[in-house]
Amino acid sequence: MRRIQVNGEERSVAADTILALVEELGLDVRKVAVERNLEIVPRSLHGQTALAEGDRIELVQFVGGG
Amino acid sequence: MTAPTDTWTVAGRTFNSRLIVGTGKYKTYQENADAAEAAGAEIVTVAVRRVNLSDPSQPMLVDYVKPDRFTFLPNTAGCFTGEDAVRTLRLAREAGGWDLVKLEVLSDTAHLYPDMIETLRALELLIKDGFQVMVYCTDDVVMAKRLEEAGAAAIMPAAAPIGSGLGIQNRVNIRLIIEQATVPVLVDAGVGTPSDATLAMELGCDAVLMNTAIAGAKDPILMASAMKHAVIAGRQGYLAGRMPRRLYASASSPMAGLI
Repeated sequence: MRRIQVNGEERSVAADTILALVEELGLDVRKVAVERNLEIVPRSLHGQTALAEGDRIELVQFVGGG
Repeated sequence: MTAPTDTWTVAGRTFNSRLIVGTGKYKTYQENADAAEAAGAEIVTVAVRRVNLSDPSQPMLVDYVKPDRFTFLPNTAGCFTGEDAVRTLRLAREAGGWDLVKLEVLSDTAHLYPDMIETLRALELLIKDGFQVMVYCTDDVVMAKRLEEAGAAAIMPAAAPIGSGLGIQNRVNIRLIIEQATVPVLVDAGVGTPSDATLAMELGCDAVLMNTAIAGAKDPILMASAMKHAVIAGRQGYLAGRMPRRLYASASSPMAGLI
């Protein structure tokens, strides 16, 4: 397990890649965008981008807005 | 019907509908989707927010208002600096895969007018990053020109404060902004009624962007339809060219042949 921050919350996760994290959290990988330590992680690289202890991850989606 | 050739183009994309609708403040995503259909919209604005980690099975906007049906125009609502705006829209570009965006850099939450100095700076940052930027702005004629010179894809002055429904407060400025612009001008924010939308189009706007006027109506679907017709009416009125204003009456029936 590694401790990371996801959307501002501390979490212990088993995932070792971005893709595994998105799946571990029960999210649809096609509908979220990922930022790791303030850098965008393109969807095509989710599977090969490793998670490191202390990473700050943002997972966002489109919501209603004006 | 509007002639099928009466289209408008922003950042190389051509649209028939001149009504852009927001996707906020609806009771449900279904109502939202139904209203967007009734409005005949081709573009919808969307916001970018953190996913809900405690309930990942919650309904999502994209399951109802579908990206293959509407062009999504991601906004920067809630951003107060250029850096916030760039970060938000980079995520939007990753989520949606396109570069047409709506920039709004707000200042005070009481009136939600944009901070135009920061907006101009954010615009420059976004253009450097490859975005095509439609810019929410005040109805300041000089600032509108500055935005255009900086490379804005469209100028979008507020008619009145966001969500106020007060209608066009300064039609002289809106008209001057339209007259000087070589990119599309849209009234964004402040429309309350169909007649407000018609007036914006009569002034020569390329399109109108609204959210609360539809979402906040008692019957949002019916209002969406009303707005669709109002925008078409205003556009046709603009193209037709209004009659001259006169200070005195001018009889419509002939004086000759009176009994």
